[in-house]
Amino acid sequence: MTHDTHRFPRRPLQALALAVCLALPALRAQDTIKVGEYASLTGKEASFGQSSHKGITMAFEQINAAGGVLGRKVELITEDDQTVPGQSATAAKKLIAREKVIALLGEVSSGRSLEAAPIAQANRVPMIAPAATNPKVTQVGSYIFRVCFIDPFQGTVMAKFAGGELKAHRVAVISSVSNAYSVGLAKYFREKFTADGGVIPVEQKYSEGDKDFRAQLTAVRAAGCDAVFVPGYYTEAALIVRQARELGITVPFLGGDGWVSDELLQIAGDSLNGCFYSTHFAAENNSDSVRRFVADYKARWEGETPDAFAALGYDAAGVLVDAIRRAGTTDGPRLRDALAATTHFNGATGDTTIDSNRDASKPATIIAIRDGKLAFLETVAP
Amino acid sequence: MSEFLQQLINGLSLGAIYALIALGYTMVYGVLRFINFAHSDVFMVGAFIGYYVGKHLPHGTVWGGLLTMAAAMAGCAVLGMLIERLVYRPLRGGPTLNVLITAIGMSLFLEYAGQLGFGATPRAFPAVFPTKVIEYHGLIVSMNQVIVIGVAAALMVGLEFTVFRTKIGTAMRAVALNPGAAQLVGINIDVVISFTFGLGSALAGAGGVLYAVNYPSIDPLMGVVPGMKAFVAAVLGGIGNIPGAALGALILGMVETFVDGSRWSTYKDAIAFTILIAILLFRPAGLLGRMTSEKV
Amino acid sequence: MPKHIIALVLAVLASFGLSYYSDRIDPYFLDVLTGVGINVILAVSLNLVNGYAGQFSLGHAGFMSVGAYLSAAVTILLGPRLLGADGGTSVQQGLLFLAALLAGGTAAAVAGLAVGIPSLRLKGDYLALVTLGFGEIIRVVFQNVDSLGGALGLNGIPNYTTVFWVFSFAALTIFTVTCLVRSTYGRGFLATRDDEIASEAVGLNTTRYKIVAFVVGAFFAGIAGGLYGHFKLTITPTGFDFTKSIEIVVMVILGGMGNTPGVILAAILLTILPEILRSVDQYRMVLYSLLLIALMLVRPKGLFNFDYAAIASRLWRRMAPGRS
Repeated sequence: MTHDTHRFPRRPLQALALAVCLALPALRAQDTIKVGEYASLTGKEASFGQSSHKGITMAFEQINAAGGVLGRKVELITEDDQTVPGQSATAAKKLIAREKVIALLGEVSSGRSLEAAPIAQANRVPMIAPAATNPKVTQVGSYIFRVCFIDPFQGTVMAKFAGGELKAHRVAVISSVSNAYSVGLAKYFREKFTADGGVIPVEQKYSEGDKDFRAQLTAVRAAGCDAVFVPGYYTEAALIVRQARELGITVPFLGGDGWVSDELLQIAGDSLNGCFYSTHFAAENNSDSVRRFVADYKARWEGETPDAFAALGYDAAGVLVDAIRRAGTTDGPRLRDALAATTHFNGATGDTTIDSNRDASKPATIIAIRDGKLAFLETVAP
Repeated sequence: MSEFLQQLINGLSLGAIYALIALGYTMVYGVLRFINFAHSDVFMVGAFIGYYVGKHLPHGTVWGGLLTMAAAMAGCAVLGMLIERLVYRPLRGGPTLNVLITAIGMSLFLEYAGQLGFGATPRAFPAVFPTKVIEYHGLIVSMNQVIVIGVAAALMVGLEFTVFRTKIGTAMRAVALNPGAAQLVGINIDVVISFTFGLGSALAGAGGVLYAVNYPSIDPLMGVVPGMKAFVAAVLGGIGNIPGAALGALILGMVETFVDGSRWSTYKDAIAFTILIAILLFRPAGLLGRMTSEKV
Repeated sequence: MPKHIIALVLAVLASFGLSYYSDRIDPYFLDVLTGVGINVILAVSLNLVNGYAGQFSLGHAGFMSVGAYLSAAVTILLGPRLLGADGGTSVQQGLLFLAALLAGGTAAAVAGLAVGIPSLRLKGDYLALVTLGFGEIIRVVFQNVDSLGGALGLNGIPNYTTVFWVFSFAALTIFTVTCLVRSTYGRGFLATRDDEIASEAVGLNTTRYKIVAFVVGAFFAGIAGGLYGHFKLTITPTGFDFTKSIEIVVMVILGGMGNTPGVILAAILLTILPEILRSVDQYRMVLYSLLLIALMLVRPKGLFNFDYAAIASRLWRRMAPGRS
């Protein structure tokens, strides 16, 4: 690591030597474009972070194999935030100050994205969040983007689905208090559902890490409803649905993209039959870009099927490179402008256009669970 | 009314699990006068032993479930005795603060080594016991809950028998009352303490399996919160007092369940600690404990 | 002027100088320094409670969170009104920040009072658990206060923390604790720690000493919390949980309970080490826990528990022979 010192040169020869030394790292930097990634590679939400990491890694590998961008290869520098609050901020600072990345990719969690966003914004480094859906994330500043839909849209999708397709008039809500995503999504669902004439007879709360939801479910059962909305992470949602079935609650359960995980079915199995959740991506989708992405991913990662977070990571990387190409530079403000002008980027999660709030207006995919397996149900356009 | 009864059953099964953990805390405190912070992590290890054993056994059978539990109990007993021998015994006789800190260190070690070894993401615990649902006049009880309550009750009866009807149990009570005098009458303190740890840890292991059977998502930090609550239960009942631990656990399980189903559910975690503080302020000996004066 | 006051003034001036030239220093290094300073404040203040007064508190992070939230509330809510739309001059910002920090510290001190008073009758294990409980209760309360962000946490905290503030307050904390310990209060603390019954028997008001220790410790923890909040720019209730308290406890134990220079060294080491070992960060907590166990088994007095005053005076005498 070079230690730049701003000492005024006393003699010309030394000045020249100094200048050469200072120029060398710049010459070296011409070789790669450094992109930073911060993700939860370990810790409680490791499954999310690992997925998005694989998607991003594969994207850059493909781009580098095709010659890189602006004649240079992309170098991905990843920091693990371990699902621990406070670490995303440290990781972002390190990537920006030490590694001097030109852009930041992260995170899948709204809470952790909000930690790093002010740092990216203050340093004028564009940040693209692959899967953070809480609206507050992009509100931090003009350098913060996302390639996924936001929770007001997601909540609306599920509210309309519940009322329209399921013909559910009374929907109970069980949400987490300690998770920004869950709180936000519950709120948007509630607003849309009640505005459409639905009734929410009871709203129950839980904390992340809880294992026993029988108390909340008993209250829900007593209130009587046609469906239950659980806008949380799969770790709790799976247990909730399982215990609900044990308590004799047979109505459908609905969820959001927090349900996305292999463990969901492993924990709850057949209890999930007849349930639905919204997400950004379905591997069973038959469009060309999805099929190509799924095939590439399986080939790269030993037969693993990609989930929504992998697809979004892939697209976040893709959108960044596309913007670099359009801007013709990695310079912060111009790159930012190019990102903001992204239109109709065709990726694994569909057509991505960045709107004036720096969010992406994307369709939602609804997944149904039948016979203990996931089934692609439909896509809902924004 | 049926909601009330349903919550009662929920509270009972939750309380039964807390009781299994609380018994271990109270026994060790009775004999050694210190809080074994690592106890909650022995509970977690029990769940993981159950996970690895249970994966190889057929699901949904009673004997399979009991075998899993027995394996966990054996494994945890060994672990508990090992910890005592290696880490706590050298510090016996020294300031209790040091042992407390060591216990905290041990607890952290088990948690984070567990995260390294098992990964921090939660796993699905195999359904080793039969999963049926029994309905009775609108009340719904799952087979798992019945098993939890039944097994916990059986274990507690077994414990009571061991402590009050066997020689080693009498020795345990003697050491709890006065270690010096116990040694004078020829009791081998090391053996008794090892046995206590083994017994308490075995119960924690059983608790771990039963907990995982009921809430089939296990991870290396799963013991932290139930452990703290079980300890509160033990203090509530009177630390060092075995029936007290069971009683305290039951009460705590009930209170928590009813709070959980009410408007104040988000304050649930705070409830346990508020109870603890209230007890320690107003009745430090707990419900069934006796006030002991400190001799100078 | 007494030696220690000169030392304090010099320290403040030095940190001002450091801050003035901070743009010439690698920002990452500055961040690490800031972290070190905050941890020094936390460790030294906890040392007062745990080490000198012998009250084993496991809830220090709770006081930190009170300070963090309250100071952030002041700068976010009152800031725009007092500073105006343009943000005010740096002097005005500085004054606001100072006020916010003091408000946070005071609130934390009040919390310390609230925790200290009930804990009076408790000893050892029970006290540890009750302080742990209070820490958790504080966390749950903040999770439920939506105006402070609730579960989402509070973000948009202005970036007011600089090395000047951090090191000045670190110096102030060390100064206060050292003065307190050298005064009659210090003797009271040590007496309470060593044998509470005997102290009561000779007429010492152990209640007063315990409460003073808690309140002062909590005050500085609150200040550290305020500095932390304006450094990380986002705070969440879960960031101030039992794990955080334990990290500070490890520093105190490593440094030797009741040994301020040792604790400072430990705080510095335990802040820098994780940064150096970032690549093996997942092993950090495992190593910490093993360290705790090993320490207790082998050297319970702590790793850095030396008589620094004696070492310093020996060095001084060797460098300037003839003087006494």
